[in-house]
Amino acid sequence: MQLAKRLIARGHEVLLLEKDGRQAQRLSNVLGDEYVMHGDGCELHTQKAAGFNRADVVVAVTGEDEDNLVACQLAKETWQVERVLARVNDPSHEEVFREIGIDHTVSATGIIFNLLEQQLQGDDLVAVGALHRGKLEVVETMLSHRSKLVSKKVSEIGWPEGTYVFYLLRDGQGNPVEGQTELQAGDTVLALIPTERAEDLRAVLTSSH
Amino acid sequence: MNVVILGCGRSGATLAVQLSSRGHNVALVERNPESLRRLGRKYPCKIVIGDGLDEDVLIKAGIESADAFMAVTRGDNTNLMAAQIVQRKFKVPKVAVKVADPMRAEAYRKLGLFCINASALIAGMCRDWLTDEPFQPIDEYNTLVKELEDI
Repeated sequence: MQLAKRLIARGHEVLLLEKDGRQAQRLSNVLGDEYVMHGDGCELHTQKAAGFNRADVVVAVTGEDEDNLVACQLAKETWQVERVLARVNDPSHEEVFREIGIDHTVSATGIIFNLLEQQLQGDDLVAVGALHRGKLEVVETMLSHRSKLVSKKVSEIGWPEGTYVFYLLRDGQGNPVEGQTELQAGDTVLALIPTERAEDLRAVLTSSH
Repeated sequence: MNVVILGCGRSGATLAVQLSSRGHNVALVERNPESLRRLGRKYPCKIVIGDGLDEDVLIKAGIESADAFMAVTRGDNTNLMAAQIVQRKFKVPKVAVKVADPMRAEAYRKLGLFCINASALIAGMCRDWLTDEPFQPIDEYNTLVKELEDI
């Protein structure tokens, strides 16, 4: 509903489909009748009535992956909707969504898991983003108190070839890294590396325990 | 044949019993243990309790060496998604899907899935029985009736 609200506010033509009658009624009370339709978004006659044939985008965000998959697949195959977006609740389902051509998926579980992973694991390498068609990678790591990099100066460490350590987060403050910077436990270090060096960098981080 | 059946409803249970008694190697995947009562006191085949959309559950049921997969839960979308996982990821050669909604069945038939629509089968067979016509091959029944086509 929050998604619909924002899209309406931006002036898009929005229709929200809801299978549950009482929920649909509640939604129309909040959003207005013209924005809500009661019906099963996986049924072709509902899709027709909702105007799937002239939709620019179909977004399926129920809590059931099978419903999101079928709604998007029918939108693409039967109504030729060009852009479909599905919520994937179980991250292991992302592959089948991709295989059948639903390229855009969002996974709350996946996002939360990645965030947790970044928070919980020390000394592991987390990919922040890829650059230059995946040839370069921006990575970050949080140093645990066990790390042997702690109390070393950045220039003293044997980084893999091509590694550019450029930024440091400490106590919520970010600063550019210099050769003289001494690393501490709890520091988050950001680096730019050639993608094929990621394993070497991981080895530097973990073998130093 | 190694067969994995998803769903121990009336269709799934009957199919499991029939195939097992003909000597096929059947594994039945069902989420709800209570549904197993449909199999009688002595289970005719291997049982795996779990979600049929979970690849680990399917693997436990032997999907990697299965010759056929039948998705016969009462959830059309569950059946359609499971069938596509099995077809694409595990390359099972024979896949059948029970789809209760005739139009959804037709849409996926066009995408190359073998979808069985029970209401079309029942209606067609009742029609021919009533009018004393001989019964026809399954494909004659298992298609969307023209009158329903215009959506």
